[in-house]
Amino acid sequence: MPPNNQKINFVHRQSAHCESGVAANLLFHHGINISESMAFGIGASLFFGYFPFIKINGLPLTTFRGATGQILKRVTKGLGVQAKRHRFWDPEKAMNALDRIIDQGIPVGMQTGVYWLPYFPPALRFHFNAHNIIVYGKEGTEYLVSDPVFDEPVVCSRMDLMKARFAQGALAPKGKMYYLTRVPDHVDIAAAIVRGIKDVCKTMLKIPFPLIGVRGIRFLAGRIENWPEKLGEAKASLNIGHIIRMQEEIGTGGAGFRFIYAAFLQEAAEILGEKRLLNISGKMTEIGDRWREFALFGVRNCKGRVLKGNTYPAMADILRDCANQEDELFHNLADLINL
Amino acid sequence: MLKKNVPQDSGILDRWHEISYAIDDDGRYVLAPSVGWKPANIANKQAWELISKQVNDVIKRIQAKELSPLAYYMVKNQMDTNLLAKYVRLSRWRVRRHLKPAVFRRLKVSILERYAKIFNVSTEQLFDIPKFSSLDLDNAPQ
Repeated sequence: MPPNNQKINFVHRQSAHCESGVAANLLFHHGINISESMAFGIGASLFFGYFPFIKINGLPLTTFRGATGQILKRVTKGLGVQAKRHRFWDPEKAMNALDRIIDQGIPVGMQTGVYWLPYFPPALRFHFNAHNIIVYGKEGTEYLVSDPVFDEPVVCSRMDLMKARFAQGALAPKGKMYYLTRVPDHVDIAAAIVRGIKDVCKTMLKIPFPLIGVRGIRFLAGRIENWPEKLGEAKASLNIGHIIRMQEEIGTGGAGFRFIYAAFLQEAAEILGEKRLLNISGKMTEIGDRWREFALFGVRNCKGRVLKGNTYPAMADILRDCANQEDELFHNLADLINL
Repeated sequence: MLKKNVPQDSGILDRWHEISYAIDDDGRYVLAPSVGWKPANIANKQAWELISKQVNDVIKRIQAKELSPLAYYMVKNQMDTNLLAKYVRLSRWRVRRHLKPAVFRRLKVSILERYAKIFNVSTEQLFDIPKFSSLDLDNAPQ
């Protein structure tokens, strides 16, 4: 490849979660001023799923986010924005296609595996393949990257980016990239908010599958109780540690997502002129705090400081409490939005 | 979570911060940078201790001539035969065979190159492994 330099004038705004950050920042670049939490809410990104048949580093996947790409899909649809998505088999072709789009001055979002991203802190380099970043330019063989969970823009070599885009294993990105093609002059934020809230109530309450939403949280609670007996102490504590990592490690998270959603509800209350959403936002914050207690409790367990037999049931009880509170909250939210 | 309670326990983020959403004095949500949180740090450390143990176990087995040096690079890069096979585009049983010292020693250069490329080392380095794992939070994989 000839080293063609290109630097798109792109505003990097740091966010808590990669995908909502990418969605909000791409929209912001194209003139739609929305916050990360607004994109998170419109994208109906709050989720819970426990999928023991998908393994990450050999341990069952507990996820607090929906399928990758879902946020952007819902946000663009909700706001009437058009986006293009591509997947590739051939890494060279995938990189050339990326070059062509940034040459046109369009920032490109993509899915990557964090293990191959050289700027990641070493301690966070695991095989986790659902990380979203934006490429907004190129200098020689280095790509200019706006990774929304980092303080400032970073760079990544062509070889590393290629490896990251073609990371293998669970949730393999297969070179997936996307960019916005058409943005309307006027967007109806209020309607998008209402739809986003309805969507999230549906995933958390209504999906007829026991591993998803509020039912999924209860299911996991039931599993946790049996882990010490079924897996032995060592494996059980690894499993707990794994949940906490999926919950609390940078940009992935359980409690953190509850707080982003609470922030969204505050914004929504103002835009819709609906004061009652503020109360629900406050409730959501309490639930987020409760999820953090789960992590705190679990870590004591991991360290082996609390080895009493009641540790696992106590953690299961915290989860059940989260599930019950969320059950009530989403029912209230659904009622409010359907009025 | 209140803004003043946003944890600042450094450990795994290097010079970076993560963003927390927290409530300010007026009850409004704001974005608050954090250098980390202890439970997340501990859970992270637990994961690395496990990897480090696996690497050390593999090194012992390589020294005992039970496994080829490929096993070291595989485990150090947090892979199993399944994942490694996908990366080098070989069948799983071939990768498994390459874990045998006698088979690995006689491998064609073209196959070695595939492994070398994904592990970001030279083909010579593939035969060269450390005496013990230096894998810890201050010295993680390249």
